[in-house]
Amino acid sequence: MTSPMQDPNTSFLFGRLTFDAIPLHEPILVATFAVVALGGIAMVAALTYFRLWGYLWSQWFTTVDHKKIGIMYMILGVVMLLRGFADAIMMRLQQAMAFGGSEGYLTAHHYDQVFTAHGVIMIFFVAMPMVTGLMNYVVPLQIGARDVSFPFLNNFSFWMTVGGAVIVMMSLFIGEFAMTGWLAMPPLSGAEASPGVGVDYYIWGLQIAGVGTTLSGINLLVTIIKMRAPGMTMMKMPIFTWTSLCTNVLIVASFPVLTAVLVLMTLDRYVGTHFFTNDMGGNPMMYVNLIWIWGHPEVYILILPAFGIFSEVTSAFSGKRLFGYTSMVYATVCITILSYLVWLHHFFTMGSGASVNSFFGITTMIISIPTGAKLFNWLFTMYRGRVRFELPMLWTIAFMITFTVGGMTGVLLAVPPADFVLHNSLFLIAHFHNVIIGGVLFGLFAGMNYWFPKAFGFKLDEFWGKISFWFWVAGYWFAFTPLYVLGLMGVTRRMRVFDDPSLQIWFIIAGFGAALIAVGIAAFLIQIAVSIRDRKKNRDVTGDPWQGRTLEWATSSPPADYNFAFTPVVHDIDAWHDMKSHSYERPLTGYEAIHMPRNTGAGVIIAALSVACGFALVWYIWWLAALSFLGILAVAIGHTFNTKRDFYIPVQTVVDTEARRTKLIESRA
Amino acid sequence: MKRLHLTALLTLPALLSACDAVVLSPSGDVAARQRDVLVTSTLLMLLIIIPVICLVVFFAWKYRASNTDATYAPDWSHSTKLEVVIWAAPLLIIICLGGLTWVGTHLLDPYRKLDRISKELVVTDEHEPLQVQVVSLDWKWMFIYPQYGIATVNELAAPVDRPIEFKLTSSSVMNAFYIPTLAGMIYTMPGMETGLHGVINEEGVYDGFSSNYSGAGFSGMRFKFHGMDDAGFENWVADVQAQDATLDRDTYLDLVKPSENVAPMHFAGVEDGLYHDILNMCVEPGQMCMNDMMMQDMHTRSGGMEMAHGQDQEQHADHGAMSHDGHGMEGMDVSRNGGEDEMQSDTPEADKTATDADRRMLRGHGLGRDFMPLFQPDPARPDATQPNPDNQ
Amino acid sequence: MSSTVTQTGPRQFHLDHEPHLPEGASTMLGFWIYLMSDCLIFAVLFAVYAVLGHNYAGGPGPKELFDLELVALNTAMLLLSSITYGFAMLEMARRRQTMMLVWLGITGLFGAAFLSIELYEFSHLIHEGATPGRSAFLSSFFALVGTHGLHVTFGIIWLATLMVQVLRTGLTASNTRRLMCLSLFWHFLDVIWIGVFTFVYLMGMI
Repeated sequence: MTSPMQDPNTSFLFGRLTFDAIPLHEPILVATFAVVALGGIAMVAALTYFRLWGYLWSQWFTTVDHKKIGIMYMILGVVMLLRGFADAIMMRLQQAMAFGGSEGYLTAHHYDQVFTAHGVIMIFFVAMPMVTGLMNYVVPLQIGARDVSFPFLNNFSFWMTVGGAVIVMMSLFIGEFAMTGWLAMPPLSGAEASPGVGVDYYIWGLQIAGVGTTLSGINLLVTIIKMRAPGMTMMKMPIFTWTSLCTNVLIVASFPVLTAVLVLMTLDRYVGTHFFTNDMGGNPMMYVNLIWIWGHPEVYILILPAFGIFSEVTSAFSGKRLFGYTSMVYATVCITILSYLVWLHHFFTMGSGASVNSFFGITTMIISIPTGAKLFNWLFTMYRGRVRFELPMLWTIAFMITFTVGGMTGVLLAVPPADFVLHNSLFLIAHFHNVIIGGVLFGLFAGMNYWFPKAFGFKLDEFWGKISFWFWVAGYWFAFTPLYVLGLMGVTRRMRVFDDPSLQIWFIIAGFGAALIAVGIAAFLIQIAVSIRDRKKNRDVTGDPWQGRTLEWATSSPPADYNFAFTPVVHDIDAWHDMKSHSYERPLTGYEAIHMPRNTGAGVIIAALSVACGFALVWYIWWLAALSFLGILAVAIGHTFNTKRDFYIPVQTVVDTEARRTKLIESRA
Repeated sequence: MKRLHLTALLTLPALLSACDAVVLSPSGDVAARQRDVLVTSTLLMLLIIIPVICLVVFFAWKYRASNTDATYAPDWSHSTKLEVVIWAAPLLIIICLGGLTWVGTHLLDPYRKLDRISKELVVTDEHEPLQVQVVSLDWKWMFIYPQYGIATVNELAAPVDRPIEFKLTSSSVMNAFYIPTLAGMIYTMPGMETGLHGVINEEGVYDGFSSNYSGAGFSGMRFKFHGMDDAGFENWVADVQAQDATLDRDTYLDLVKPSENVAPMHFAGVEDGLYHDILNMCVEPGQMCMNDMMMQDMHTRSGGMEMAHGQDQEQHADHGAMSHDGHGMEGMDVSRNGGEDEMQSDTPEADKTATDADRRMLRGHGLGRDFMPLFQPDPARPDATQPNPDNQ
Repeated sequence: MSSTVTQTGPRQFHLDHEPHLPEGASTMLGFWIYLMSDCLIFAVLFAVYAVLGHNYAGGPGPKELFDLELVALNTAMLLLSSITYGFAMLEMARRRQTMMLVWLGITGLFGAAFLSIELYEFSHLIHEGATPGRSAFLSSFFALVGTHGLHVTFGIIWLATLMVQVLRTGLTASNTRRLMCLSLFWHFLDVIWIGVFTFVYLMGMI
């Protein structure tokens, strides 16, 4: 194979980028681009008109405040959710149409990109940022810290994640995205079967975002180990912090594998090596194994924090201590460890021997034991409680029911003989959407509704929240129950057209479900807009709107930059509940200056250069790649010479801030 | 709402029987037994799933904040007895399920030769299995019948109640060979060989397709599988044999070019060694076959000097297998095909010997069979411990 | 920070005075964790080499390609650089800046020598036709050894940066911390190299 460096069809200045790369022949994309461009121009104009650029840059883009970074992660997740969901709707529409000789409205070239992009975006740029965002926001508050251990690194991680998202979004309008499925398995993703730029966009998008994820994992891990408030031993940590700890252990111990395997695939595609090729001794099965050694823990990276959220919510809204805290912790740790011992269940049907298959099948089933124990713990937390059906609790109860079904089908798929008839079918699709929507996404919604008042100082609107909730839940069941059925009818995933007309009705029902979910998403956006409009009405003055139990509710909503005027001291698992039951009085005097990290723009700049570098590598624009890489080095080295990294919040500022809070509390007393 | 869910769940089986859920009502014995495992495991799990869902609904309702009559114990958070039950109940279910899995996986291992044709019929020596060599191409299926010297594209036929032995490989990318009514799926991978055993018990025309996405023409990668009585099958074979076209190297190289929604094709003859060369990726003239390459590599590894001596082949094969075992990392390895016995497998007689052999070197598997020495010998394949049979 | 709070009298729920957290108190732990994640990348590369390392695709194998004497020399360079880095750390502990810089400089030179020899080896291999694209064995060899070499390159750049930092601002707290981190990194690369030397070169020659 010739290496792309000597490809005669590339020019020095633009590599292989030509005008043909702009998909002018795809009306859907042109329209999308027009909408995005108009929206973008309107936003830029508005920002310029209201002179917000300076504010955004100094207060948000360059911030090292874990709370603002957490909020930005959530915004990234919601924006990318819209993109990922648009892909989902397109797929449902295509599959509902393409019957009886009809080709539907998407060509294979387009449709194959759509389902790949849907998977990649939903996992890497929706679920991951939102999970990271919640951890970022909540963990330091829950452990009584002022920020994370490495605040600059936090900012940098965020912008690298954005950079990866930008690369993936670029592929929509310049060139194409991968047509390989979300894990880009070779040999299909190799240079021979996929010579275009799609897989390269995939590689560089994930690599750039992956750097951010790994670093943020290290950061939060160290934060939880080192920055806990005095008295908070490991077994007194809030359960969400525990699940975050385990998640970040998983991130640190699995993302390097993804990085390495993507590097090897890059070498195969760019340099002509033979790691995963069919010939010259390469071995595509290596890739399959390695990617799932990352991929399976990834599932738990997403679900563990959601479990943590449900634990917090169940306990808070049942007005009761969490049942079985210790067993909950051990269950979480068990899941963390076991998640590394099950990767092969993703490819039982690749012809492993029976002993190997049953080993991995049984290890997979064993995971359901701690997971089941967790479910019982939530159940017995409600038992003899006073369950308040506020939004977070509604999501939690919907989760318990939905997830149980998803867990059951998961264990079913872990039984190799059953997997042999259901693997790669729509049953599998239904299963993992059942756990990812019913588990992760419901958890994220529970978390957002739960912690929103903490972050912004007012509750989310309940009416629109309930609309969103019911449409999501009903939409989920309508969209994915038919997929279970279709799976039992032997229908495979990733099909673009169908022969058998009797299947169509099921796809139409699934499409209807997707439409319901669309209403759910719209209602969620309206919920936010309405809540901002009515923010005075839903104001949270106490900082503790839900009768919370953990430390984040001890401070004001939204918390001051420094989180806590005084470092809290912890005596019990539910630290804030403990404080309240000892009628703890907030101190009103004796404030001191507080040492804080200082904002810096290095993270944004390095991430922007990384995007340039990634884009250049996708299109073989070698000079730009070299230049931007040198730029990254220069900025990174330059940043080490920056000594102005911290400052003190003066006592007077602390006094003023706390006085405002006192006044606020008194005004509503 | 929750009641709606339950009704939906209960009406589901009714709906399913109304439509054609082939996975739940297959016509092949292997698929039927896989279905049985599926149904048994589901029922086993429902033992715990249904009570849990009911309890969720019941507790949420009973302990709602407005129900002030219910007991409220805000600090009650531990009960050893309850914890034991919480952990033990799923554990028990998983122990049962684990046993079922262990047995079921071994009995229904796709590599395992069939021991029965249906509930009533046991396989005897009289049942000579039908051998089919399957090659997935971009984007169609090619079937070679070595016992009959014929080949087809996108059409497969087999007599009812006769065991079928598939050997499968691929030309360029991965696919999965799946006839839901016959047996579970198995991947086809270039340069590697997988295997599948099945039997069809009822006459009929069934769907077969690729169930692993393989690129633009994937949706059209479908074929009909005909289950026929013996006479019908003989007629079908005779029909194919009466065709003019034969499958030689040039035809294959033409066929291997990507094409979509290909209509069935019949070939009256197949060039000798074609399947072997496809498997070893050396159909095009001038390409080195992978098994030769692997042999050469073994020599390179052992010093590169012995090449000239032309040692007997068995020793090389053993050497290769042994060094795999000794490595400790073969968990990642998929053994490439290409042991020596593969070369003889083009003729039906030789192939029959080879099926009884230790085929470690012949099959793609995600993990080497010896990944867990603890679990050896593999009960599904009592022959697995035998040394290379070519020594005999 | 999470120390047990001795309890006398009523429960105390906050600290009256801000605890003094030295800047960079968590850096060493964070860097350790980073190194472990890096170690995983190498673990993957080693695993890949273990699986593909015998697939010569009809091409040359280790016995035809490797020159153990050259590699031994190379190994010596890296091991010596680790020792001299150790000397530099000892000088840092004694707060002798100039001597420390001298040792760091020597470390950098050894590192550069290591890289030069490695590059010479690579160019020699490629010249002989043993390119990374020749076989899976060579692909995994170049990936593993090359990734290590890339790490050493970054180590040298980092070393040079730190020497400039020390020259500008002296042995400040942040500079000594960074030197400690680089020290970990440097020794880590040494350990990885010992693995490469044993696993790739020595075992390849057996």
